[in-house]
Amino acid sequence: MPLSWFQMAVQLFVTCLVDSFFPEVGEATVDVLESAGETVEFPADQTCCGQPAYNVGLRDDARKMAAHTLDVLDATDGPIVLPSGSCTDMIVHHIPELMAGDPRRAAQAERVAGRTRELSQFLVDDLGLETVGPGCGDCSVAYHPSCHGLRNLNLRTQAESLLDHTEGVQRVELPDAENCCGFGGLFSVEMPEVSVAMMETKLKNVEASGAAILVGGDVSCLMHLGGGLHRNDSAVTVKHFAEILAGRLDNAHDD
Amino acid sequence: MTIEPVTFLGRVKRDRESGVVIPVSEAARRMSAYRVAASVDFPLMEEMRDRAREVRLHTLANLDKYLAQFASQVEANGGQVHWAADGDEANAIIRQIADDNDVRTVVKSKSMVTEEIDLNESLEAAGLSIVETDLGEFIVQLSGDKPSHIIAPVLHKTRYDIGELFAAKLDRGFSTDPAELTQMAREHLRREFLTADMGISGCNMAIADTGTVVLVTNEGNGRLTTTAPRIHVTVMGMERIVPTFGDASAVLEVLARAGTGQRLSVYTNFVSGSRRHGDPDGPDAFHVVILDNGRSRTLGGQEAEILACIRCGACLNICPVYREVGGHAYGFTYPGPIGAVVTPSLKGLDEWHELPYASTLCGACVEACPVRIDIPKMLLTLRSRAATDGHLPGWLTFAIGRYATAATHPRQFRLLLKAGGVVGSMMARDGWISKAPSHGANWTGARDLPQPAKQPFHARWKARHGA
Repeated sequence: MPLSWFQMAVQLFVTCLVDSFFPEVGEATVDVLESAGETVEFPADQTCCGQPAYNVGLRDDARKMAAHTLDVLDATDGPIVLPSGSCTDMIVHHIPELMAGDPRRAAQAERVAGRTRELSQFLVDDLGLETVGPGCGDCSVAYHPSCHGLRNLNLRTQAESLLDHTEGVQRVELPDAENCCGFGGLFSVEMPEVSVAMMETKLKNVEASGAAILVGGDVSCLMHLGGGLHRNDSAVTVKHFAEILAGRLDNAHDD
Repeated sequence: MTIEPVTFLGRVKRDRESGVVIPVSEAARRMSAYRVAASVDFPLMEEMRDRAREVRLHTLANLDKYLAQFASQVEANGGQVHWAADGDEANAIIRQIADDNDVRTVVKSKSMVTEEIDLNESLEAAGLSIVETDLGEFIVQLSGDKPSHIIAPVLHKTRYDIGELFAAKLDRGFSTDPAELTQMAREHLRREFLTADMGISGCNMAIADTGTVVLVTNEGNGRLTTTAPRIHVTVMGMERIVPTFGDASAVLEVLARAGTGQRLSVYTNFVSGSRRHGDPDGPDAFHVVILDNGRSRTLGGQEAEILACIRCGACLNICPVYREVGGHAYGFTYPGPIGAVVTPSLKGLDEWHELPYASTLCGACVEACPVRIDIPKMLLTLRSRAATDGHLPGWLTFAIGRYATAATHPRQFRLLLKAGGVVGSMMARDGWISKAPSHGANWTGARDLPQPAKQPFHARWKARHGA
């Protein structure tokens, strides 16, 4: 990471889904970054990066949201950190593509993309940390690597390694871990039959792993899998890895 | 080859209910594992993937030149070249060749391109008898079915299904032993090879500088199809070209490894024309039908790179959607991720706009593809055109449009989240919504939805840190 970042605050882009459905994951992310010695700032006017619109093909809508996101983030300095692989992928790869036709926006997109990191990537690759935070005490977890982080950001080991270095965390192998869970953004409501079939395949593996907690790095996939586990009356719960690191297992969701 | 019913989800429902998806899923998993094992066993795999990709992209960038070179080489070798703009033209050309040569019986080796143009139906309508000689295709033909995978056409059938089929149609005893079943087909097919007037093959690659057609098979039926009958016709998509033997060898290094996990398929045939003076066997005449059928339009568009595909099937095997829905759900000759791009780009989005959405964009296909085709990127460009052409459901376009407006007006956005929290708390019980209205029911049909937070993150931040 650039040397100048050592003196700069981290800009938290919390993502619209964390903001609206999982604020406790945002708080855990702040805890984790602060445990890592970072000062965290939250650009107040942030909204959505535009990924939902981009993925269904509504590129004009996506471009509008992306432009807003760029304006908000480009007005800050230092690293931009997200508790999501797929929104990071959107900012790092897809927003620059979307803006390629407009030289001013393209330059802005490149600047912002260059500063943007997914949380585990920032902690492990930039800060060089083995792990952070108090951890959850004794807990048995399985890790599902969400696809965009895994394949588009090459996050193959970062979150797993943070978990493995956290005292009390027993990570068990998730069979077929790299198989997509079937969320797929709006795919989950456009093709619910297929999305749910894929979810059930994933959940069979989750149950087979024996873990008490299914951990991931994207609340979107966790919302889908957690919703399936809850509907199936499973004892398994879902958590973002930031919640495990921050020791926030009883995170109140709706207070 | 179009498959009813007309909607993707309609076909998914039918095939999941009938159970044909189960063997597909298991076999696809196995084939993926074979591919991975073959790559581990071959230290040069990544390098050869790059090399094969280079060959394919270089060829596409110079396709006109290499096609012309291939055609003149075939002619120099004594063969005849026919150019077909679409399936009807190709079928008419082949019927004409049959007619000119008093052909009554035809044997075929496996060819997806002839499925694409419904060649069998066309020839049968002209009174010809056609026999598929690839074991899988033979089973498909015997059962009046359609292939569900580009290299393993009967992935959706079990050996019990095939045992019953052979007992009924070949008048043989019932068996579920693969070796016995293969022997039954073999004995039946041998007679067909020896009496057929014409052999029709596909084409895995066409080598430009020698005018050679490369056929990759595991059963030897390709060899018999191209040598035993009097006439040999190869049907090829115009993108099958590679410049040289060396280039063909680069593709062969990755083709079988990616497809079946074999180092090389059992038979690799190089066909460079009809029987020459002194040859003990071979056909009297060799014809090549080069098919466009939408390919030159694809070549000029945003999905041109899909033409680099070498038809190994690796993307089908790894695809988590394909594994849950099987091949017929994709509705046309080419299923899986490759089909989700090829079908709409060859045949247009008007009829096929659902297919680019039949994916979570997980990217497993790019990772598996021996020539590293970025399928998700093409699904996204196709989606963008589908949306522009008005193929998205109205509610979705409306909802995204409103969300985009809110997301560009932060105060509105914060109000929206607050409203979501209020509405959510009315609908939720113990933090979960189990029955959402309207299109939300698509979510809550089989999944609970967590209650939206009464106090979103930005409000919590503000409460703690001030504005």
